[in-house]
This record gives sequence, C-alpha cells and structure tokens, in this order.
Amino acid sequence: MASINKAVLDLKRLDLLANNDSVIHRLDARAKVLVTCVFILCIVSYDRYELAALFPFFIFPAVLIALADLPALFIARKIALLCPFVLVVGIFNPVFDREVLVYLGPLGISGGWISFASIMVRSVLTVGAAFILVGVTGFTAVCQALERLGMPQVFAVQLLFLYRYIFVLSEEGGRASRARELRSCGRKGLGIRSFSSMIGHLLLRTWQRAERIHMAMLARGFTGQFHAYRQSSFGKAELLFVLGWSALFVFLRINNVSRYLGTLITGLFT
Amino acid sequence: MHMADALLSPAVGCTMWAASAGTIAYCSRKIRREMDEKKVPLMGVLGAFIFAAQMINFTIPATGSSGHLGGGLLLAILLGPYAAFLSIASVLLIQALFFADGGLLALGCNIFNLGIFPAFIAYPLVYKPIIGNRPTKGKIVAASIIAAVLGLQMGAFGVVLETVASGISSLPFTTFVTLMQPIHLGIGVVEGLVTAAVVSFVYKARPEILQCALPAQAAAGYSIRNVMIVFLAASLLTGGVISWFASDSPDGLEWSIQKVTGKEEVEGVKGQLHDLLASLQEKVAFLPDYSFKKQETPKEATLHPASVTSKETADQASGKQEKDGDSRLGTTVSGILGGLMTLALAGVIGFVLKKRIGAV
Amino acid sequence: MSHHIVEVKNLRHVYSDGTAALKDVSFIITHGESVGIIGANGAGKSTLLQHLNGSLEPTGGSIHIGHTPLSKGTLPDIRRTVGMVFQDPDDQLFMPTVFDDVAFGPLNLGYATADVEQRVTEVLELVGAGHLRDKPPYHLSGGEKKRVAIATVLSMSPDILVMDEPTNGLDPFARRQLMALMRDFEHTRIFTSHDLDMVMELCDRVIVLHEGEVRADGPAMEIFGNDKLLAECRLEKPLSMQGCPVCGGGPARVSRPHPPHHHHHHHD
Repeated sequence: MASINKAVLDLKRLDLLANNDSVIHRLDARAKVLVTCVFILCIVSYDRYELAALFPFFIFPAVLIALADLPALFIARKIALLCPFVLVVGIFNPVFDREVLVYLGPLGISGGWISFASIMVRSVLTVGAAFILVGVTGFTAVCQALERLGMPQVFAVQLLFLYRYIFVLSEEGGRASRARELRSCGRKGLGIRSFSSMIGHLLLRTWQRAERIHMAMLARGFTGQFHAYRQSSFGKAELLFVLGWSALFVFLRINNVSRYLGTLITGLFT
Repeated sequence: MHMADALLSPAVGCTMWAASAGTIAYCSRKIRREMDEKKVPLMGVLGAFIFAAQMINFTIPATGSSGHLGGGLLLAILLGPYAAFLSIASVLLIQALFFADGGLLALGCNIFNLGIFPAFIAYPLVYKPIIGNRPTKGKIVAASIIAAVLGLQMGAFGVVLETVASGISSLPFTTFVTLMQPIHLGIGVVEGLVTAAVVSFVYKARPEILQCALPAQAAAGYSIRNVMIVFLAASLLTGGVISWFASDSPDGLEWSIQKVTGKEEVEGVKGQLHDLLASLQEKVAFLPDYSFKKQETPKEATLHPASVTSKETADQASGKQEKDGDSRLGTTVSGILGGLMTLALAGVIGFVLKKRIGAV
Repeated sequence: MSHHIVEVKNLRHVYSDGTAALKDVSFIITHGESVGIIGANGAGKSTLLQHLNGSLEPTGGSIHIGHTPLSKGTLPDIRRTVGMVFQDPDDQLFMPTVFDDVAFGPLNLGYATADVEQRVTEVLELVGAGHLRDKPPYHLSGGEKKRVAIATVLSMSPDILVMDEPTNGLDPFARRQLMALMRDFEHTRIFTSHDLDMVMELCDRVIVLHEGEVRADGPAMEIFGNDKLLAECRLEKPLSMQGCPVCGGGPARVSRPHPPHHHHHHHD
C-alpha cells in the first residue's frame, strides 16, 4: 500500500509538471503524441541483438527533458522502477541463449546477455518516452489529443472521470487501509474477510458517488452530449516538430550512428 | 502481468493495438447507441475505484505474502461487458502512462489480455451461465473462481504468444508456458476468491447494483458474437503476421546474427581492429578455459570450448555458419563504444540545452 | 421576477426500500428570501433538496418553481433556474480543470464560445477564484473547491441558489469568506446546514424539519429562541446565542439583520 501511496504522489507530481510553460509544453498535444508513437515504433523495430544503435535515440528524451525543464532525476528514478515483468522475462535470455557472440578479451558475451541489455535499453527508452509525454503534455491534454486523433468520445470522457477520481478515491482507500492496519495488531485482521468487507464498503460508497456525480451533471444541464471547449491548433511549429523528429528517428533507424562513430574512433586508435 | 514494449516486435504490437482499438471503438458505439450515458461517470469512477482498491492488501493464508484485487472480472460483473471493457482499458492506459506498467505500444496487448478475456469470455460465457437467474453464495464463489482462473489463464497465454511471436525474448514457448500458466493459476484463484467475497458483499447490501449489468446482457447474445468476430479477425490477422514472420526467419538466431554482423563493413578497420584485439587477447590468455565459453546451451548447439582466437570461437558447433568472426567482433565493439559515446553526447546536448534554457 | 418563487405542496417521498423520508412538506419561499432548512440527521433535508431540481421524483404532492410545475418537460428549464451546490464539492467538480468545470453548464446550455469564456471569467472573479482557472480540482483546498463549486452553478445564471451544507468541513477563515460571499447574493437562497450560527447570520427565515415533516417555519430569531422546539428536534441554539463559557454571561445583544458579533473582552 505504501508503494501505491507513493505511486499516487508521483502521479500528482508528474501531473503538475504539465503545468510548466515551455516551448515543448506549448505545442499541440497531438504533435507530441505522434512523435512519441514514431519514436516507440522505431525503437521496437530493432532486432533483438541490437544494442549500440539504440543509444543515439537517447537524444530525444535528453532534448525534451532539457527544453521542457523536467526534473531529470525524478524521471530517471521513475524509469528505474521498470516493470518487473520485463526484468523477469529478460533475465531468461542469458539462460537460454548462450551462444557467445562477442569476445571482449577473454570474456565471452553471449547473445542472451546482449539481447537482455537490449531489452533493458528498450525499456528505458519506451517507458521514458511515455513519462516524458505525460510530463510535457498532461494527462488531460493527451486524452483530448487522442480523442481528436479518433479515439471515441465516450472512452475519452470516462478516462477523464477515471483520472479525476483516482485522487479522491485513492485517498479514501488509503484512509480505510490505514484504519485497518492500526486496529489489526500484527498480521491478524488483515486477512481476506476484513479485506472484502472493506473493499465492499468502498465499492458501495464509490457507487453512490457516481450517482451523485451524475446528478450534479444533470443539474447543470447535461443531456448526454459532451462539449469540447479548448481548441488548440496544429500549426507550423507542430508540423515542424513532428516532421523534424520523425526524420531524425528514421535516419537513426537506417544508419547505425553508433557504429560509424565507433569505427571512426577505434580506427583512429590503431 | 503486463506485457512491455521492450519485449514486443512492431508487427505484434501494432496488430494487437489495432485489435484493441477496434474493440474500444465498437464498445463505445454500443454504449452511445444504448444511450447508457449514466454509465459514463460510473465507468470512470469504478476504474478509479480499482486503483483505490489496490491500495488495500490482504494476507494470503499460509504463505505470508499479500495480495490485492486485479479487478477485471469484478468490473465485468458490475458494469457488463462493454462498459467493463472500456473501464479496464482506461485503467491500463493510466498504468502505462504513469506507472511504467508496460508502455504505450504494449498497451494494445495488455488491453487484449486483461480486458477482452474477462469482459467478453470469462464473464458472459463462464460466470453468467453458472450464476443463472438466482445467485446463491456458493454459486457466486464457484463462478467467480472459475471465471477468474480461466480469464487469467487466457490472458497469461496471450502474454506468452505475444512474447514468443515477437522474438525479442529467447524464452522457448514450452518453458514460458510452463512458467506462466501455473503462476497465473495461483493468481487466478486468489483473484476469484476476492472477487467472490466482494460480489457476495454487494449482493447482500445492494442487490440492485448487480442487476444493473443485466439489461446490457439481455441483448448480448447477438452482440457478443460481433465482438467475437472482431477478435477472431484480429487473431487471424495476428496469426498471419506471426506465420509470415516465422517463415521469413526459419532460424531466428541465424537471422539475428546476420543483423548484428551487418554486411556493409568498413573494410579497412577490420584488420587493424583484429590485430588490436588479438594482441589484447594474447596478453590475457592466461585464462584459456574461461568458463563462459565452456557453458553449454541446454537445448541447441553446443559451443566449442574455444580456442583463443576470436575467429574460431565465434563459429557455431553445427558448422552452419561461416561467419567472419572478427568482423562481428569489430562491429560490436565499435558499436558499443560508439553507442556509449552517442549516449554521452545526448546527455551533453540535454545538459547544455538545459543550461541555456535556465540562463534565458 | 416570479421565477424566484419556490412552492412545495404536500410533498411526500418514499424510497424504494419503504423508508418514508418526507411525509407532508409544504412551504412557499418568495423572491429574494434567504431560508435555512435545519433538522437532525435523517430529518429529510437532503431528500427535500434533491426534489427542488428534480433529481428525485415526488411520491406525492407537487413542486412549483416560479409558476411552472416541476415535471419531465419543464426539467431542463427548472434545472437552469435552480442552481444546486452539492455538499461534497468533489462530486460537483468532475472536469479536468476549474475552467472546464465552470464552463460545463454554459456549454450544455448551448452558449457561444466567446460568451462562455466571458461568463466563466466573470463568475470566477465573483467568487474570488480567478487565479485558479487552469488548476485541476484535486489541487484546490477545501474552501477553494467550495467557491469553485458555487461558481459552476452561478455560471448558468440561476434565479434560485440551493446549497447543501455549504460550510461543512471548512476552516474558520474559509467559512467566513464563504459566508461573506453568500450574503452578497441577490438570488433566492435556500441552505441546509448543521452550522446554526451560519444559518442565523445568513437567513431571515428558518424551516425546521423533523422526521419528514415541517415542524416549524418562521423568523430565525423566533425559532432559535424556542428551546423546547429545538430540543424536541435534536437541535440547539446557535453558539453565539448561548452563554459564554468563560464568564457565564448571557449572549450578547443580538441585532438582526446584522450578524451577531459576540465579542466578550475578558481581559478588559
């Protein structure tokens, strides 16, 4: 529970980042969503043993973090809590894929380790891209951008509701959880019985809240149609942003810049 | 378990994305057409409830570990298939954006694995028939456990298929399946028990809530078939893509090695590099039987306990490949070096930009 | 100005589980009045309020707003006329930002974009929340949430304001701020509250509900002077009318309509 509590706090912080004002923040959210998609697609399109060619892609998060003035350490810390599933699955690669592909001196590096490293780098890049997208755009704007890119309105609107009430309900859940922990000395009382009745109560209260919200909507003239208000526009800056980054990603995808640079350097060394 | 971008190939990722997006569009239209707008705030708030509920743990008897609610089946029982599917999809979207659970491309897979199975299979085809018209406590428990277990088994199997088809992980299909399915059997039983407990509670306190999903169900005979057609099409498509991939690379490893090696080598560098590394290796050759090289792969080709020169060691025992070892070596080493440099470069660019922004 | 009249006649409401929350409630509230509806927990206050904008349908009796009877057909009009501020602002503020929330009503009413913009700005300034415009609701304090919730209703230019427990859970300063705001409104105002001091300061007239019935209806001073009535209805005098706990003296002379300022200066 502590971890989720922390996750909610992190969520609030990430959400507040979107209130900054910067060149990147001011761009239309659609542009940022599109560029992030191209970025992720380029990353995952690499072969599993590709490692070096992934590194140049760090230019994207680095530039965005800088231009948008995001707290790099905070983002890094969040990325460090990578999805454990990736780690668990990835670590099997060295076990099953032992063919040695590279020797660094006497040290043979198997394909498994290379692909494992590749998986971790991919993870950092893709997860980082998602965080940065939220940090420079904000969830609401991402949602509205997706809607304008074709996501159904019903889905978009309930997503906004979900996001809004995470803050209210997680506080409620946290309070209930604390109350139970305080009254259950040690581990007793933390079993499934008290759990289910607590969750049940929380659910009923949530249900009633949904009914009140609906009532509040009706009271303000809601008739089933959601009206969008904000209309930011997709202008020249956005077009430039999308085309510029996409071109760079495609260039990096086709040309292994790391290798060129590496051969250049190692060539000079000898 | 959440699928992740890092384990996905674009083909699999995009296919699953398309399937999930199609289902979202279908369900949204359904909700809209049934003028079920009262459900819109309810769906959102119940999605938030799942987050809140996950803050509360319980101890699993006899194990000392603690579990929490997953929520997919519970949402399906409370909201009916269409609304529940949208709600689950939103929870996953938020997890992908804020909690690093998976990633944006993997979202398609996750929505498919964790949304479609509970909402459109476990709930209508397993839970509903067992519950029937007159629910009893026993029926609720049995139905919840069976539905949760089946839903999660299918979801886990989905993860396995997507991972194996993507070919980023080297886990063999059989090993992965034998790992995933039993783990998810356990998770499924716990999820079923928790769901049953919460549903029984609600059934006692406010039975009318559980009825609210029923009207949507009445028309479902027909529409569920539509949904099934949607994913049947999606899975056929997926299957097609996978088999195309499989035929394209009969031996995944060989194919990959070619990619790593590359063809357009900078010829001049090769020799020099080889010399450099060969001399390096001579110096450190006091460990000729370095254990790494001796390891045997459990299933496939056994590697030669290597002689010191890189050319020989890199060759496969099967003799299938006549790869140029030093070129591979050169490529990779220079690649790693160059990679680290570009990484540093990216960092420096970011740092300088930040400085300048700060100064302005 | 006939729009501002609220007429409730023989209102009855029985919930589906058989609880009779309102038995026989009648009253008329006229233009510009400020009325407090008080009563113990479960007396039927919230049920009554939910009838005033048609959130609940009467089991018996009728409600007229202006001279329009409340019915399915008149509902949209009546919901615009009667602005309802909910007890928990978290229920009322469901949009991503304060601006979106305040604009929600006007957009539903079909106002033009420029008009909406202007309305929202005006109303937010009025409640002193102009600076909160782009904030998401979960970053607001309790008092700010309450004021924004009122703004979401004011933006629809209602004639009648209905507020459920407006001062609930506010710190003393925020409570004072809110009361000053509500005192300045020219709308017909209906409050429910357990904050009897607030009721006494803001309302000329008080209706006492007890077990689903109107037990008393009259000038605030008269009702709060009736100890027997208050005790029977599980209520008590506003604190400002009770004796000072330090010197034991009686309440300061209370003069309406100005709020009673009970300032004992013990160190004089």
